Amino acid sequence: MAVPVAGDVEGTRVPVRLVVDLNRCEGYAQCAFLAPDVFTMHGEEALMYSPRAGQAQREQVIRAVAACPVQAITVDGADAEETRTDAR
Amino acid sequence: MTQATLLQQITDYASRADPYPLYAELRRTPVARQESGVYTVSTYWEILGLLHDPRISSDARNRDPLAGGPLAEPGEDANLPPSFIRLDPPEHDRLRRLAMRPFGPPHSPRRIHDMRGELARMVAGLVDGLQGREQADIVDDFAYPFPVMVICKLLGVPHEDEPRFHVWAERIVTGLDPSPDQDQAERQRVVQQARLELGRYLAELAEEHRRAPGDDLLSAMVAERDPEERMSLVELVTTAVLLLIAGHETTVNLIANGTLTLLRHPDVLKRLRGEPGLAVPLVEELLRYEPPVQLLPQRTALTDIDVAGAVIPKGAPIWLVLASGSRDPRRFDDPDRFDPDRRDNQHLGFGSGIHYCFGAPLARLEAQVALAELARRLSNPRLVDDPPPYRPSPVLRGPRHLQVAFDGVVP
Amino acid sequence: MPADTAAREFRRQGRVVVVGASLAGLRAAETLREEGFTGSLTMIGDEPHDPYDRPPLSKQVLLGRTAADDTELPRRRRLDARWRLGVAATGLDLADRRVRLADGEEVEFDRLLIATGARARPWFRESEAALDGVFVLRTADDASRLDRKLAAGPRRVLVVGAGFTGSEIASACRERGLEVTVAERGPAPLVGALGGVVGAVAARLQREHGVDLRCGITVTSLEGDMAGRLRRAHLSDGTALDVDVAVIGLGAMRNTKWLAGSGLAAGPRGIACDAGCRAFDVHGIVTDDVFVAGDVARSPHPLFGYQFLSLEHWGNAVAQAEVAAHNMISSGLERRPHLWVPAFWSAQFGVNIKSVGVPPMGEEIVVTQGALGENRFVAAYGYQGRVIAAVAFDQARWIDFYRRLIESAAPFPPVFAGVDRRPEGARPVPADFPDPSLPTHGPTVTLSGYSPSERRLQFTPARA
Ligand SMILES: Cc1cc2nc3c(=O)[nH]c(=O)nc-3n(C[C@H](O)[C@H](O)[C@H](O)COP(=O)(O)OP(=O)(O)OC[C@H]3O[C@@H](n4cnc5c(N)ncnc54)[C@H](O)[C@@H]3O)c2cc1C
Ligand code: HEM
Ligand code: SF4
Ligand code: SF4
Repeated sequence: MAVPVAGDVEGTRVPVRLVVDLNRCEGYAQCAFLAPDVFTMHGEEALMYSPRAGQAQREQVIRAVAACPVQAITVDGADAEETRTDAR
Repeated sequence: MTQATLLQQITDYASRADPYPLYAELRRTPVARQESGVYTVSTYWEILGLLHDPRISSDARNRDPLAGGPLAEPGEDANLPPSFIRLDPPEHDRLRRLAMRPFGPPHSPRRIHDMRGELARMVAGLVDGLQGREQADIVDDFAYPFPVMVICKLLGVPHEDEPRFHVWAERIVTGLDPSPDQDQAERQRVVQQARLELGRYLAELAEEHRRAPGDDLLSAMVAERDPEERMSLVELVTTAVLLLIAGHETTVNLIANGTLTLLRHPDVLKRLRGEPGLAVPLVEELLRYEPPVQLLPQRTALTDIDVAGAVIPKGAPIWLVLASGSRDPRRFDDPDRFDPDRRDNQHLGFGSGIHYCFGAPLARLEAQVALAELARRLSNPRLVDDPPPYRPSPVLRGPRHLQVAFDGVVP
Repeated sequence: MPADTAAREFRRQGRVVVVGASLAGLRAAETLREEGFTGSLTMIGDEPHDPYDRPPLSKQVLLGRTAADDTELPRRRRLDARWRLGVAATGLDLADRRVRLADGEEVEFDRLLIATGARARPWFRESEAALDGVFVLRTADDASRLDRKLAAGPRRVLVVGAGFTGSEIASACRERGLEVTVAERGPAPLVGALGGVVGAVAARLQREHGVDLRCGITVTSLEGDMAGRLRRAHLSDGTALDVDVAVIGLGAMRNTKWLAGSGLAAGPRGIACDAGCRAFDVHGIVTDDVFVAGDVARSPHPLFGYQFLSLEHWGNAVAQAEVAAHNMISSGLERRPHLWVPAFWSAQFGVNIKSVGVPPMGEEIVVTQGALGENRFVAAYGYQGRVIAAVAFDQARWIDFYRRLIESAAPFPPVFAGVDRRPEGARPVPADFPDPSLPTHGPTVTLSGYSPSERRLQFTPARA
């Protein structure tokens, strides 16, 4: 799965927002191995993560998303607005 | 054609290059009793379900000795009990947890991540070695030595000893293969002998590391002070044997299968050259499309189990055909297409459930680094033989040699 | 106009308004676009923030690892929506299909999704709730205030109520090295959700981690000093406790006040809707243009005797939002029921707790894997001879098996021989819920299929 991540668009390199569906997560810790700055295991199988990863962690996060055996990690889609952009 | 001959065809060496059409046939009966008494499970949801099913055991001691099957388990040797891949909870969970302490989260979350620089250097060194040549065997010159260097380094095994333990490793792995024609007892004896010798070697090594510890898993495991968290020497040895073999005989196939697949899909190879990040989803797709571990022949039913309209009786041996499940059209769109951009790729390449591959993060990084570097540096690579000659095993499947011709090596 | 033409037309240029711009609202909006809705989309939310995720608020955020304003939800795709954030909806006119906003604006809709969720139940005495040091935890702002207070190193934190949120707060406080007292009216933490047998494990976990846990006790009043700062709590056993922080964890109330008088079946327990997420009106007649999803919804579940379940679960909000959105732009047979099997997780004291099904329906419980005493186990709940729920402590990889047992109405107690089955798991014991809600004998329904479009229900009439 190619993981499209917001901020790949030129000039808009923003932090990556992410969320883990912890109902799906089975604590395989692949994310914590591959992106240790973003995901940590709390005890053996409880996952804690930063819902906002910095620019420096983008590559790690992409590896983690691809590796999650149950595909539980969602990041900003490639075409997602960074924030609400429309008229208020 | 009956199912029994179908399974024989699958294990038959002649099918090694392309077992996938046979798997498609096998999937017509998701759970099938084979003549030998083995129950094959070949469809995605059924395999996934059984991998999460507590009524299935990985411990061969639960197998009904009369159930037979070409892969009746070797009677476990009293001197070297099974490692955690062949154990059930709670022993499995305890040993896996202890092995994880020096290897990964929560206690050593950065060990693998911090090896990335080193992995890149090892790979670069091996590719440098191809300079000045026009052809190479990607298996012997690259895909095999690389993961061996890595697992040696990680475990704290001197790389110079490789020729010694290579022989034992080969014997142990061959012992896994279902080859009905050979004498079972003799095979078991050879495997046990090899395991024992490898175990003895590792025990001596562990003792050395106790005296002079390094930054490696063996040292960490022998040095553990907390008696609650310590393995016995026998446990330590069986675990080390397991890691050495698993680290040794699997990733080689992922890299070799990957190289072969890339050479068969030049468009993807070309993309990878300009876009190294593609290696990440590409490796996942390889694990689906050409998985190094094709099937798990170790499971046993602890009770009668109803699956997909069939009943697997208590004590029966079960083969979970992972490679077939990962090509199940009920789960994956266009499953026979190699598509590194595939979304929704929950392949079975590393298994699932409590025995999910312990070394998966390492294997992933190794394959990503290796394939990206190979793609970038070999100019105009071409397959010499297609299909290449394969290793004998239908379980751990991959090319024995992979001759690739190229115009040169880019720095 | 035939129904499917109307649906097609609506997809192209209908007007959808979503009230409640949080998890359910956002995921519904994304699903609408994903499934080809190109009409106008208005998102109305009373919080000033972009949609954010709440579970981290009682976990990462209270541990000081994540800032409270850093839990914004990722966007699956571009929405092209008009956002009205920081403005509450104050009324609904069903006849004219308008939503009234607090700033006087009226927004017209063709179809409305209500996803206004829930809010924390405040401390019952207003003057005491206003004391400096008394907190609830539902929003990012709540979490940010509480985190700041905890960072300042209070001498003792009182947590009122040991449900999931209260227990997670206590866990975070202990991990920060703070002294914590937990006051729980029931006999153990988590009893309402998981029963007394598992509650006893939760109690032991709390005590092992240094929580001063007091069960069977209520807090009767909170006392402030001259400056209006909390300094003491009085308990029902006549004792008093010096505390400078009290976190009220007494559960949540549905955000339905704005619908008073609208004609919808909306009340303090939520908005009743059918399994297709369509709201009921006060007469019990289903509406066709008002949909409900998330914590605010109450909907009948076929697997659980068609009881109206109101779930405060993250996964429910996502799944129901997706079904609601799909049904908003589909007609007739294309519509799907919300058949999600309830599931949630909680992380506390380093243990990963997962549950599936509806444990409070359970009459009996049996430990099927592992052992309670090791804090690593799976236990199944039984109701009228079938498996109705399961809970796992640090055994997440097995939970899917139990979901399938629930879906297939597998017999209870489960008779299987399995790995890690211990002697203590030989016989079921009463699940020990404080007030079991026992519905009457109903039909048995089973669920099969893997993908949403494949899910099938099978109906077996009630046994005589
Ligand atoms: C601290 C905490 C921890 C949690 N942990 C877990 C967990 O571990 N596992 C789990 O499964 N679940 C957990 N949950 C529950 C989960 O977060 C909820 O189920 C989920 O947020 C529900 O989403 P929702 O969109 O339905 O409602 P909400 O998230 O409540 O969103 C409703 C939104 O509507 C807004 N709104 C209300 N009224 C109006 C109005 N009149 N006009 C405009 N806007 C309005 C609200 O302000 C809010 O922004 C937790 C919740 C909290 C608070
Ligand atoms: C591409 C390379 C690899 C593949 C495809 C692979 C595949 C698998 C699979 C399918 C299993 C599940 C076995 C079962 O369920 O019975 C497994 C288990 C295991 N693997 Fe791997 N593996 C790879 C690399 C590695 C490496 C590099 C290591 C060691 C560092 C390793 C160590 C293990 C161990 C220890 C187990 C047993 C886990 C358990 O029982 O809990 N593997 N692997
Ligand atoms: S890799 Fe996936 S399943 Fe494993 S811990 Fe991370 S999110 Fe959970
Ligand atoms: S909480 Fe767990 S993962 Fe995090 S630092 Fe402590 S031991 Fe490591």
